[in-house]
Amino acid sequence: MVKLLPRSPCTDLLPRTVGTITMSEVLLDRVMSVAPFAGQAKPTSAALKDQIGLGLSAPGRAVSNRRARVIWAGQRMWLVAADVSLDGLAAVTDQSDAWAILRIEGAGVEDVLARLVPIDLRASTFKGGHTARTMLGHMSVGITRVGAQAFEVMAMRSMAATLVHDLQVAAENVAAR
Amino acid sequence: MRITCPNCGERDRREFYYQGDALALTRPAPDAGPHAWDDYLHNRDNPAGDTRDLWFHEAGCGAWIVVSRNTVTHAIDDTHLAATVKR
Ligand SMILES: [Zn+2]
Repeated sequence: MVKLLPRSPCTDLLPRTVGTITMSEVLLDRVMSVAPFAGQAKPTSAALKDQIGLGLSAPGRAVSNRRARVIWAGQRMWLVAADVSLDGLAAVTDQSDAWAILRIEGAGVEDVLARLVPIDLRASTFKGGHTARTMLGHMSVGITRVGAQAFEVMAMRSMAATLVHDLQVAAENVAAR
Repeated sequence: MRITCPNCGERDRREFYYQGDALALTRPAPDAGPHAWDDYLHNRDNPAGDTRDLWFHEAGCGAWIVVSRNTVTHAIDDTHLAATVKR
């Protein structure tokens, strides 16, 4: 049988550093989309709590513990970084290899993102644990604050090179000021 | 133009796709007859003033949103999730 070599979405693209900004790839073993069936959000949340110690987060929020992460991903939709079993409660789809996840951090990271993202990501409004579905350039992305000067950006895997390129150019332009 | 998504808060217009009159929420019954269906499919008012539209938060949370706005003043009075509208 042919043995295939695993390649992460950002292989050959990351890590890289531009001035004060560092970009690196975040690899999650499992990413499941969880969309509770009508009226099943509460039982779904309770089942998740049993299985991974985290329930469904509020819109615009992400939660995590040592075992797993739950990231709100849109209208009645969450991404769960763990194996879960929610038969009869929610539509669960394995999206493990579907997302490119990039961590961007360093002094001035908000200035870099402000060049590409139309929402206010400053710490005064977008705090730790906040997450948003929005745009980065022309791309649809999810953005989560993971530190005082650190964010995670999720984009579809096919857009990984564009994501890195757009952030690289923005970081260069901020560094050149 | 900025639209307040009930999930995401105030967002730039470029994140949204415009569908048109929020009439899809009042679809006629299958046996409503040809006049009701003709009206539903083809006839639209074009008011100068208050309208109720469906917008899709395409580059955001993916929710359909009912937006009440005024085409004369461009004021947006109210937004809510289409999913929570009583049929
Ligand atoms: Zn939204």
